[in-house]
Amino acid sequence: MLVEVRWHGRGGQGIVTVSRLLAYAALLDGKYVQAFPEFGPERRGAPVTGYTRISDEPITIHSHIYNPHVVVIVDPTLIGTVNMTLGLVKDGTIVANTEKDSTTLKQNLRAEKAKIFTVNATRIALDVLGRPIYNTAMLGALVKASPIVTLDSIDKVVKERFPGAVGEKNVAVIKRAYEEAEKVE
Amino acid sequence: MSKESKLGWKKIPIGGLLFEPGSAMQYKTGDWRAFKPIVDQGKCINCLLCWIYCPDAAIVRKEKFIDINYDYCKGCGICANECPVKAITMVEEKK
Amino acid sequence: MPKIMGLTGDEAIAYAAKQSKVDVVAAYPITPQTIIVEAFSEYVHNGEVHTEFVCVESEHSAMSACIGASLAGARVFTASSSQGLALMHEMLYIASGLRCPIVMGVVNRALSAPINIHGDHSDMMGSRDCGWIQIYCENSQEAYDWVLQAFKIAEDHEVLLPVTVNIDGFILSHALERVEVYDDGDVEKFLSIRNAPFKLDPDNPFTVGALCFTDYYFEIKRQQVEALKNAPPVIDKVNKEFEGLTGKKYSYINTYGLEDAEAAVLCLGSTAGTAKAVAKKLRSQGKRVGVIKPWVYRPFPSEHLLQTLGNLKALAVLDRAICPGAPYGALCSDVVSTLYDNGKQLKVFNAVYGLGGRDITPFDIEAIFNEAMDVAKTGIVKEPLKFVGVRE
Repeated sequence: MLVEVRWHGRGGQGIVTVSRLLAYAALLDGKYVQAFPEFGPERRGAPVTGYTRISDEPITIHSHIYNPHVVVIVDPTLIGTVNMTLGLVKDGTIVANTEKDSTTLKQNLRAEKAKIFTVNATRIALDVLGRPIYNTAMLGALVKASPIVTLDSIDKVVKERFPGAVGEKNVAVIKRAYEEAEKVE
Repeated sequence: MSKESKLGWKKIPIGGLLFEPGSAMQYKTGDWRAFKPIVDQGKCINCLLCWIYCPDAAIVRKEKFIDINYDYCKGCGICANECPVKAITMVEEKK
Repeated sequence: MPKIMGLTGDEAIAYAAKQSKVDVVAAYPITPQTIIVEAFSEYVHNGEVHTEFVCVESEHSAMSACIGASLAGARVFTASSSQGLALMHEMLYIASGLRCPIVMGVVNRALSAPINIHGDHSDMMGSRDCGWIQIYCENSQEAYDWVLQAFKIAEDHEVLLPVTVNIDGFILSHALERVEVYDDGDVEKFLSIRNAPFKLDPDNPFTVGALCFTDYYFEIKRQQVEALKNAPPVIDKVNKEFEGLTGKKYSYINTYGLEDAEAAVLCLGSTAGTAKAVAKKLRSQGKRVGVIKPWVYRPFPSEHLLQTLGNLKALAVLDRAICPGAPYGALCSDVVSTLYDNGKQLKVFNAVYGLGGRDITPFDIEAIFNEAMDVAKTGIVKEPLKFVGVRE
C-alpha cells in the first residue's frame, strides 16, 4: 500500500529534514520510500511543503503528490492562511500542531470527513528542548494518528541524525507528542 | 598530394594522437621561402639574438658565428631585422 | 552483502563515484548538481578517498582539467548541469575527440532564458551531438548502478569515450529514495583500476591535439562514430557482469507491458516511472498499454527499439526539451527515423512536456495514453507535435 504524506511549515522549521526522517524510519521498517521538498526559492519564514511517500512495493511514480493520505501541519500559524486540505483523500488524516479547540480547527481546516489529530507540539518543544523547534514532535503525533512507521525506527533515525544529548531530547519530545496527540471528535 | 598516399581512418591512431615524438622534424618547411637569409660570417659577432628570436629554431649555433638550417627556415626575416650588426641580409629565392 | 541506504539522486551518484575510486575530480558547483560535488568534497576532506580534487574557476576549466587528467591515465569524474554544461560545450567535443573516458553526472536542468533551476532535458539535448555516450536514469538506484557501469564502459579499449549519466534535476537529484548499495569489495572486483592504453609520460612523449586539416579531420571523426558503434557489445558485456554481481538487469531499453501492448509511451528518465504507474493502473482495467524507456540514448538503440515494438499500433514519444523549428523533439526525431522504411505500421505522435520543471502528472500521462489508444484504434494522428501541460 502506498501512503503519501504532505508536510506544511515555514522555511527554517526543518520541513525537509522531517520529511526525510520519516523516510529513513520507513527504510528501517523495510519499506520503499521517497522524500522530496517542494522545490522553489527557499526563504526563511515563507510557507513551504515537504513530501514523503512510503510503500511496501517499489515506488515508480515521480510526480508531485496531489492526493495525500496524510497532511501534517508543523507550523500552527499557517492554519487558515494556506489551504492545507487541498487534494486530501476523503478519509484522509490531518495531524496538526495547534492549541485551538476542535470546533474552530474543523472550521478553519474545512475538512468534514478527515480524521484529525492535534498536539501542542510548540509547548512540548519549549518544555523539553527549550527552543521552538517542533518538527520532530510532529513525527510522534503522526505515528499516533497513522502507524505508517514504528516509533522504534523513528527513535533510531533521530538519534543517528542528532547524535548525543540533542538526539535523546528529541526522542523524549517524540515520545511525549505520541502520548499527548489526541483525536478530535 | 594524391588522396591515395594518405591513410584511412582504420589505419591511423585514434583521436589524432601522434605517438612518434618529434615527428614535426619530418615536415621540411624550407620550400615556403620567398626570401632567403644570407649570413655574412665575417660580420657576425655571435650574439645569438637571431637564435633567440627565430620562431622555427632554424638558427644553428657554431663556435664563432651562426649558420642557418635551410630545411626549416621559412624566410620570415626576423633574424635579419634583429641582427644588431646587419650580418644577415634577405635575398630573393631563385627557384 | 548489499546494504539499504536512503539517498537522493545526487548522493547516489557521489557515492558511486567514491566506490569507483576515481583518481581525479575537477568540478564546479551548479544547482541542482551541487550536492554531488559537495558530497564528494566531503569524502576527500574525511580522507575516505584518495582523489585529487581540483577546484576550478568554471565548468570550462573543470572539463579541461578532466581531459588532462584522463590523458594522463587517471579515472576521472565530474558533474554539471544546465548553464554549466553549456559553458563546457566546447570541451565536451574535445573530451570525446581526444578519446577521454571521463564519466560525468549530468543533473538535467532547463537552459536560460528565462532563468530557471528546475528539471528538463534542454541542457543535455543541446549537447546531444558531442560524441559522448548518454545514459538516462529513472531513479536513484539506477543513477548509482549506471555510474559504476559507466566507468567500465567508457574505459574499455574498444570504446574509449566519455559517458554522461543523466538524472532529472530536483525530481531525482533532491528526492531521497531507497538505494541498494553494494560492498566496496564487490565494486572493486567489478571495477578494477583503470588500464589506459596510452598515458602522458615525460619518458615516452606523444602529441595530443595536433592540427588536422582537410587531410585527416574527417578520418578522426569517422573513428568516433565507429567507437560509438563498438559500444553496444561492450555495454552488453558490462550489463551482464553487473547482473552477475548484483542481480540487477540493465540493457539499452527498459520496457513495461510491451508483451501485449497496442499503445505505448516512450520517454527518458524519471517520467518513465510515472508512466509505468499509470500503465499499471490502466492495464488493471484491461487496457493494453505499455512503456518504453531507453536507458542508453547515445548510441541510439535503433535495433533494440525495433525488436521491442511487438504489436504496437500507436506510440507517444515524450520529449522534455524542444527543438525549435524542427518537426519533432530530438527523441521523437530519433524514433521516427528509426521506424521509417522498416515496414512497421506504427503511428507516432510527439508530446513535448515538463519544460522548466513543470510537473508531468499521472493525469497528463493518462490523457496521453488515452490519445495513443485512440490513435491505435483509428490509425489517425490528429496532432503530430503537441505540448502537454502548457497554458493556452
